[in-house]
Amino acid sequence: MAQWIKACNIDDLQPDSGVCALVAGRQVAIFYMPKESTVYALSNYDPFGKANVLSRGLIGDIKGQPVVASPLYKQHFNLQTGVCLEDESVKIPAYAIRIENGSVQVSIPE
Amino acid sequence: MSKEQTLVVIGNGMVGQNFLASLVESPAKDDYKIVTFCEEPRAAYDRVHLSAFFTGKSAEDLSLVEPGFFEQHGITLHIGDKAAKIDRHSKTVTSQNGVTIRYDKLVLATGSYPFVPPVPGHDRMNCLVYRTIEDLEAMAAAAKTGKVGVVVGGGLLGLEAAKALKDLGLQTHVVEFAPRLMAVQLDEAGGSMLRRKIEDLGVTVHTGKNTSVITDGEHCVNKMCFVDGEELETDIVLFSAGIRPRDDIARDCGLDVGPRGGIVINNQCLTSDPDIYAIGECALWNGMIYGLVAPGYAMARTVVADLTGNEASFTGADMSTKLKLMGVDVASIGDAHAKTQGALVYTYQNGASEVYKRLVVSQDKKQLLGAVLVGDASGYGTLLQYCLNGIELPENPDALILPPRSDESVGLGPDALPMSAQICSCYDVTKGAVCQAIEAGCTTIGALKSETKASTGCGGCAALLKSVLNSELAKQGFEVNTDICEHFPFTRQDLFNLIRVEEIKTFDVLLERHGKGRGCEICKPAVGSILASYWNDYVLKTEHLGLQDTNDTFLANMQKDGTYSVVPRITGGEISPDMLIALGQVGKKYKLYTKITGGQRVDLFGARVDQLPHIWKELIDAGFESGHAYGKSLRTVKSCVGSTWCRYGVDDSVGLAIELENRYKGLRSPHKIKFAVSGCTRECAEAQGKDVGVIATETGWNLYVCGNGGMKPRHADLFATGLDKATLIKYIDRFLSFYVRTADRLQRTAVWMENMEGGLDYLKSVVIDDKLGLCEQLEQQMQHVIDTYHCEWLTTIEDESKLKRFRHFVNSDQPDDNVVFIEERGQIRPADEEERKHFKMVEVA
Repeated sequence: MAQWIKACNIDDLQPDSGVCALVAGRQVAIFYMPKESTVYALSNYDPFGKANVLSRGLIGDIKGQPVVASPLYKQHFNLQTGVCLEDESVKIPAYAIRIENGSVQVSIPE
Repeated sequence: MSKEQTLVVIGNGMVGQNFLASLVESPAKDDYKIVTFCEEPRAAYDRVHLSAFFTGKSAEDLSLVEPGFFEQHGITLHIGDKAAKIDRHSKTVTSQNGVTIRYDKLVLATGSYPFVPPVPGHDRMNCLVYRTIEDLEAMAAAAKTGKVGVVVGGGLLGLEAAKALKDLGLQTHVVEFAPRLMAVQLDEAGGSMLRRKIEDLGVTVHTGKNTSVITDGEHCVNKMCFVDGEELETDIVLFSAGIRPRDDIARDCGLDVGPRGGIVINNQCLTSDPDIYAIGECALWNGMIYGLVAPGYAMARTVVADLTGNEASFTGADMSTKLKLMGVDVASIGDAHAKTQGALVYTYQNGASEVYKRLVVSQDKKQLLGAVLVGDASGYGTLLQYCLNGIELPENPDALILPPRSDESVGLGPDALPMSAQICSCYDVTKGAVCQAIEAGCTTIGALKSETKASTGCGGCAALLKSVLNSELAKQGFEVNTDICEHFPFTRQDLFNLIRVEEIKTFDVLLERHGKGRGCEICKPAVGSILASYWNDYVLKTEHLGLQDTNDTFLANMQKDGTYSVVPRITGGEISPDMLIALGQVGKKYKLYTKITGGQRVDLFGARVDQLPHIWKELIDAGFESGHAYGKSLRTVKSCVGSTWCRYGVDDSVGLAIELENRYKGLRSPHKIKFAVSGCTRECAEAQGKDVGVIATETGWNLYVCGNGGMKPRHADLFATGLDKATLIKYIDRFLSFYVRTADRLQRTAVWMENMEGGLDYLKSVVIDDKLGLCEQLEQQMQHVIDTYHCEWLTTIEDESKLKRFRHFVNSDQPDDNVVFIEERGQIRPADEEERKHFKMVEVA
């Protein structure tokens, strides 16, 4: 069973934007939508641009799906599943995430 | 195929140049080495719009030759050298300067010369013709000391010449031998309506006048004496009594010429020698000389097709014309004089509004044969299509010229046109070609123009083109959706107006009131940009931060490996040695890759996100400020060194560039904006390739707008001339504010203007004549941005809370281990994928 690992505090998050945290050696992009009290966690690595940049992408929704757009070549990734909207064969790791007493915690599979 | 054959073109006028431009686009270009002779001291220019020379256009503006055209296509141009002799036996052309070229194929495009009636005294001082730029210069020189000018000839060109005399500030007369103006195109009633309108403009018209002699004047340089005993004193006599083909060179080498001149050609435009073609006004086809440019272009296309081995023939051309003569709309279509057997005529005359219209229809009232329009030529497009395509007329043809009685529309919808209908006569674009381009994805006027060239010549077909586009899109079930994205059912311009009128200051409020969902990477930066353009708030304020593209969020330009580049502002490209050293020291300390940009600045690459504030702290301490290279905003104002140092400089281009850059720096806009200022017409700053270009002249600053380089370079348009600095700045303020208000997202000024109904003229009317009554607002809008300028980097490094974001990990000081640099030519560059596997990270800083 994967464990919840603390990534950062809620104050470290950027409202309606993303940050990157180093969690168990992995680069995790964490996105925060305060109006809906929602956080999402994806791998920070952009498989198209081959760089660790996804936390710096713009977030929003496309036809109801919450997405981040890569800042390099603008592909969209579903914030819940990590599936690329432009090419469904591409899926980046999506992590479970929760906020407990102001602590942002991510669950990284073994 | 190798270029073993030589093609020689004699004459580089409008038709000669059009031929070359079509030829280099065709496969035939690979078969021939091309040589052309141009007798004039400059390559082809626009003779049709010659009078624009007196309203501010320079010889360069009138040029029809794309810069670098001859070099790019390997065409040898013998400029200022007249082809003097053709030897058909040895197949050579010899020029006045003694150049001899052997040809395999020869094209004669020698054009025509103005006919000067052999009246005694026709060669006196200030008796001029109206054909070349040199002629115009002679007119301008003569006008300096003269007060009165007479044009001999009341045809198309004569009236155009009269406008030129008027623009030169002379009391202007037109003397016509025929009993009416434009005798070839207009009937008597149309001619007299035109005469009244032209006389209203202050030009005196004399018809039915036959000049007997020109002699010494008493108050003016010359005196014209007429056969009827009357006299007219004038300083300048301008002959515009028709043209004659220049066929000497053909005559001398034994080619067939017509009894009244003109080189005889067949349907392939071949002369009596199968290796020699003739095109344009020197050619005589079926007993006709065509004195218009469009038939000449059609001949040029025919020859290109023939050389390519395609079937093509020139079978005559429609001589219909529509033009604005001294502000008066005049049009003539087909058989205007009702010479066709059994033709019926309808006329409509409105003395009050000075409108005259005449329709000539076939006996059975089914076909339109011709038409004349004076004072209101709005029906020209529709009537021309009826005439050219033989479309059956409505039951009461007079409805086509009568003022609409109710709101019934008698215009010909685009659907009624056959696919073969010619939409653009300048570039011979058919409705079929337009529809094909639309189907292939050209869904805007701008895209259609660049794909098909339609409406890029005289622009007369713009409205028709637009109606074809709209009708085709509607037919394809294309709802023309101009919504910015799924979150807002508005265009960018709508959003701008909502923000302005409702004084909305945040994205959240706008979304709540007018949108849905959470937004996306389309609407967020667009709204962020509008808010920044209009309110000029700090873009990294918490409520704006999530709207910015990554470059704006980190105030730097993200590169392929996720590192950033840094560009401090160097206004006008002017930088002191000390500042340059400071810049170098920062680059060296942080081991940044350093490169000079096209905009006369320095770009420092390879900065990690955590290094950005440190780098900027040092740059700001050294006196630099943000260059906004990361934003859709004003980038640079490039300049040449100007009159301060340059031997040729006319004004201080660097000083003006710095002033302009400081004025507009920080302005957020729909797309990036680039400026340049040149200190003289040598144009070393390349201002005509910029959104806003300024060139110093003896009489003040010339302003150019809507140019750009990049993927689709566009030469800027001359917007205003001879401006003082205050007026120049006022125009630029208004121009930029209007652009910021009305452009689409990511639309550069060029495309914005091209898609604007009315184009450049409309833009001028808004910015110069204040047609919309907006100018004061536009100036205030700009003043607000100027007054609230702040260096975003200074604001950022002074705010601890903003600096928190400048680290790769929110919970660790480690850098991104995927960023690896390799050394190349003494500097760093990002490692490629293979190299990353083999090399260890090079420690930086």
